[in-house]
Amino acid sequence: MADGNTVNTSRRFFLMASAAGGGLVLSGCVTPGDTTDGAPALAATPAKPAAPLVDVNVFVAISADGTIRIVAKNPEIGQGIKTMLPMLVAEELDADWSKVVLEQADANEAKYGRQIAGGSFATPTHWIPQRQVGAATRLMLLQAAAARLNVSIDELSTEPSMVVHTATNKKIPYGDLVVDAAKLPAPDPATLKMKDPKNYRLIGKDMRNWDSPRIVRGEPIFGIDTVVPGMKYANFVKCPVFGGKVISANVDEIKALPGISDAFIVKQAGEALFSKMGLLDGVAILADDWWTAKEAAKKLKIVWDEGVSKDESTASYDKQAADLAKGKPMASVSKTGDVEAAMKGAAKTVEASYSYPFLSHAPLEPQNTTAHAKADGTVEIWAPTQRPDLGANGGFNLVTTALGVEKSKVTIHLIRCGGGFGRRLDNDYIVEAAAISKQAGNIPVKLVWTREQDMAHDPYRPGGYHNLKAALDKDNKLVGLSNHFVTFARPNDKNEMTPLPSATLPPQEFPAAYVPNHAYDHSLIMGGMPTGPLRAPTSNAVCFVYQSFLDEVAIAAGKDPLEFRLELLALPAPAGATRTGMNPQRMSDILKLVRDRSGWANRASLPKGTGMGCAFYFSHQGHFAEVAKVKVEKNGSWRVQKVWCVGDIGSHVINPINAHNQANGAIVDGISSMYQKITFDKGRTQQQNFFDMPLLRIDYAPQIDVHFNLTDNSPTGLGEPALPPVLPAVANAIFAATGKRIRSLPVENISWT
Amino acid sequence: MATYTITVNGKTERVEVADGNMPLLWVLRDKLNLKGTKFGCGVSACGACSVHLDGQVTRACVTPISSVGAKQVTTIEAIGQTAIGQAVQKAWLDVDVVQCGYCQAGQIMAATALISKTPKPNDKDIDAAMAGNACRCGTYVRIRKAIKQAAGVDTADTREV
Repeated sequence: MADGNTVNTSRRFFLMASAAGGGLVLSGCVTPGDTTDGAPALAATPAKPAAPLVDVNVFVAISADGTIRIVAKNPEIGQGIKTMLPMLVAEELDADWSKVVLEQADANEAKYGRQIAGGSFATPTHWIPQRQVGAATRLMLLQAAAARLNVSIDELSTEPSMVVHTATNKKIPYGDLVVDAAKLPAPDPATLKMKDPKNYRLIGKDMRNWDSPRIVRGEPIFGIDTVVPGMKYANFVKCPVFGGKVISANVDEIKALPGISDAFIVKQAGEALFSKMGLLDGVAILADDWWTAKEAAKKLKIVWDEGVSKDESTASYDKQAADLAKGKPMASVSKTGDVEAAMKGAAKTVEASYSYPFLSHAPLEPQNTTAHAKADGTVEIWAPTQRPDLGANGGFNLVTTALGVEKSKVTIHLIRCGGGFGRRLDNDYIVEAAAISKQAGNIPVKLVWTREQDMAHDPYRPGGYHNLKAALDKDNKLVGLSNHFVTFARPNDKNEMTPLPSATLPPQEFPAAYVPNHAYDHSLIMGGMPTGPLRAPTSNAVCFVYQSFLDEVAIAAGKDPLEFRLELLALPAPAGATRTGMNPQRMSDILKLVRDRSGWANRASLPKGTGMGCAFYFSHQGHFAEVAKVKVEKNGSWRVQKVWCVGDIGSHVINPINAHNQANGAIVDGISSMYQKITFDKGRTQQQNFFDMPLLRIDYAPQIDVHFNLTDNSPTGLGEPALPPVLPAVANAIFAATGKRIRSLPVENISWT
Repeated sequence: MATYTITVNGKTERVEVADGNMPLLWVLRDKLNLKGTKFGCGVSACGACSVHLDGQVTRACVTPISSVGAKQVTTIEAIGQTAIGQAVQKAWLDVDVVQCGYCQAGQIMAATALISKTPKPNDKDIDAAMAGNACRCGTYVRIRKAIKQAAGVDTADTREV
C-alpha cells in the first residue's frame, strides 16, 4: 500500500469502453472558462462540444473540437477528489486542462474500480493507475498519429492536446486523432512510460474546485437537490432507542392530515444487525413537500418495543469504565518487554486516566436519498454516499438485501455530498428511501432526515477510557508504558463480545515499538449504539490521549515536550518489536520544521493564559506535526489563536490549493470536536441540533500556517491525517497556558487566576 | 389552502400552501424549485438557509411564508445580479473557498449583506456578521480572506496572535 500500487491495474479499465466505441453525448457539465488553472468562469454555460465525444476508454472521451471529457470516478464529499483524480489522468495524457470537462461517474465498480471516499486512500491507490489511464490514452493517440504520418512513434512527442512531429514541427490535435486512436488495442499498463516529474504541467499546480462556479451560483448539485418527476417527499421516524421496533402507529390518522399522501410502517430488514445501520423499523410519511411530511410526524403516536438498549446511559458507561479500570484487563492488545518489571524498577512513574466522548458526524447536508423502486423490479437511486459498493452497509448491499433484488437491477447515481466525514460510508438512508419507494407503490421518493434525526441516528465516533502509566528511569528516560483501555463492544453472530467499529486501540500505537517495555490491554463495556468511522477514525481519539499523556511524561521528566518527542523517535526498536507505518526520520524532520516555523523556542515569553503545545501523529499514511497557540481567559473561555502544521505526504502535493484547504479544514474540525459531546440517557441520544452540539464558527477559527515537506515517497492522502495532532497540540497548549491538564473532552473548567 | 404572493429575485410568485407556517425555505425549495438555499438545521442554528429580505440576512428555515408579505426575497440564485454579490462570488472562486460547498450559499448571502452595509469590513465586522454561518468543512480562513478580497481591503488576518 505504501507504494500506492495495490489497486487492480488490469487492462479491462482501458479496454472496456474502447470496444463500445464513441458517440457518448455530453450533458450537464460546465466548461472551464478563460483561466487555465481549472477555475471555471463565473458565467460558465453547459459545454456543448461541436462534435460527438469518442470514448477512448472508460475514463477518457475526446471530441473533434478538442473537448476532453474525463470521468471523475470517486464520490465527492468536499475532499476535492472530483478535481484531483482527473488531474492525474490529464497530466499523463498531456491534456489541455482548459479543454477538459469532468463527468461524475455512477456507482459501478466493475467498470471504474473501487469507489470510496474514505481512509484518505484515493491518492495512494490512484497515483499510479489514474496516471496510467492518461499515459495509455496518450500512447494510443501517438500510435494513431504515427500511422497517419507514416513515421516511427519515437519521432513524436506531445504538447497539451497535440501530437507533435518533432523533426517537422507538424502538429495534430488530439481531436483529429481520436477516431483512429479509439480503434487501437489498449496498451499493457506495465509497458507504459510515465512522464519525468520535472515535466509535469498540472501536478503540483493549483487547480480550483471544479464545481465551485455552480456552487456559488446556487445550482442544484447536491443529493438533497435531486428532483425526479412525480416524486413524493418523505420523512422517516425511527425509534429513539437504538434498534427499537414499532409495535403500532396511528398511520390512518396521519394519512388523513391535509397534504399527506401516505403513511405506513416500515419493518427492519433481517434480524440481527450488528452495526445497527441497515433498514430499521420506523414510520414513513409522504407529502408533496418535505416540510408538510415532517410536520405531520409531530402528530405520530407510535408504540415502540424499545428493545435491549433502553436503559443504557453515559452515566452508567462512565461508572462501568471506572469499575473495570480498577480490575484486571480482559485481554491483551499488544506488548513488548516486561512492563511490570519496568514499573517496579522505575525512578519515577506517571499515572493518568483519559477519556473522550462519543461524537456525531453532522455533515451539514442532512441525510437524504431520492429513490425509485420501479414496478419492473429495477431500482434507481440518487444519493450522496461515500461508499456505494463496499461492505455490508454500502448502498448496493443494503438495497439488494432489503428489497430482495439483484445488484444488476440497482443503479446508484453518485451525487455530490454536502460533507461526509465518514457518515456517508454507512448508507442506511439509502435503503430507507428505496424501501419507502417500494412500499409506497413504486413511486419515486425523496427521503430527507431532520437534523435531529441525524443527531439521533448516527454511527457515532465511540467514546473511550484510557488508564495510562509510564515509567521513567533515573536518567528520566521513558522505559515503560502501559494502558488499560476500556471500550465498547457487542456480541457478534458467534456471541463473542467484539469491539464496535472504530472502538479499537491500534496495537502499534506509538510509543509501542519504541519504548523498551509496553503493555496495552483492554476491557469491554456492552454498548447498544451504532458506531462508525469519523474522519481519522481511532486516530482522532487515541492521538489526543497518547500525545497528551506523553506531554505529561515529558513535564515529569523535566524536559521540553517537543525535544522529548524527538528523543522518543530516536529510540532503537526494542527486541522483538516490529515497526509498521510511521517512519521516525520523516516524523522527526517535520517536528523540527514545525518547531522552527512556530517560534517554539520563544514560548517562555508568553504571558500566563497564553501557551503553546505540540503533537505529532502518523495516520492514513500521512506524517503530521503541529503546534497550537491558545489563549485562555481567566473565566475559562478559550480560543486557539494560531496553528502551525507541517505535513509529509510524499513527493508531490498534487493540488496544492486544495491540499492547504484540506489541512485547514482538518485543523478547524479537530478544534471544533473539542467543544462537542454526544451523551446518552435511557438508550437515547441527548443532543439534538447545533445549539447543543456546536460547530466551531469563524470567530473562533485560528490562523493556520500549513507547510508540506516534500520527501522521496509515493504521494499519500490528505482528507484525514492533519486532524489528529491538533487536539493534543491544543490540549497541551492549554496546559502551558494555565497549568490545567485536559484529560477529558470536551474541554471544560479551565478558568484560572 | 392559503395563497401567498411573494416577490422572489424580482419575480412575483403565487404560492399555495396548506399551512401559512410553512417556512420560506421550503417554499423556495419545494414549491418554487429554487434549491440553492440549503436546509441544515431547521432551527436557525447554522445559517445554511440564509436569504435576504429587503437586503437583510434572514434565516429562511424559521421565516413563515405568512410573514414575508411585500418584502423582496433575494436568494443565492440571483445574488450575482448585484455588483457586490458578483464580487463576492468571484472572490469565492479566486480564493478557492469551497470544500463540500453546502454552506457556501448561506456564507455568500451573509458576506454580501455585510459588504453592502460595511463596504470595508475589518476582522471584527467579519466575526460579527459571519458567526451565524457554520461551515462544517472549516473553510473559515478562506471565507475571511475572500470577504476582504471582495471588499478590496488588505486580506491579512489582523486578529491577536
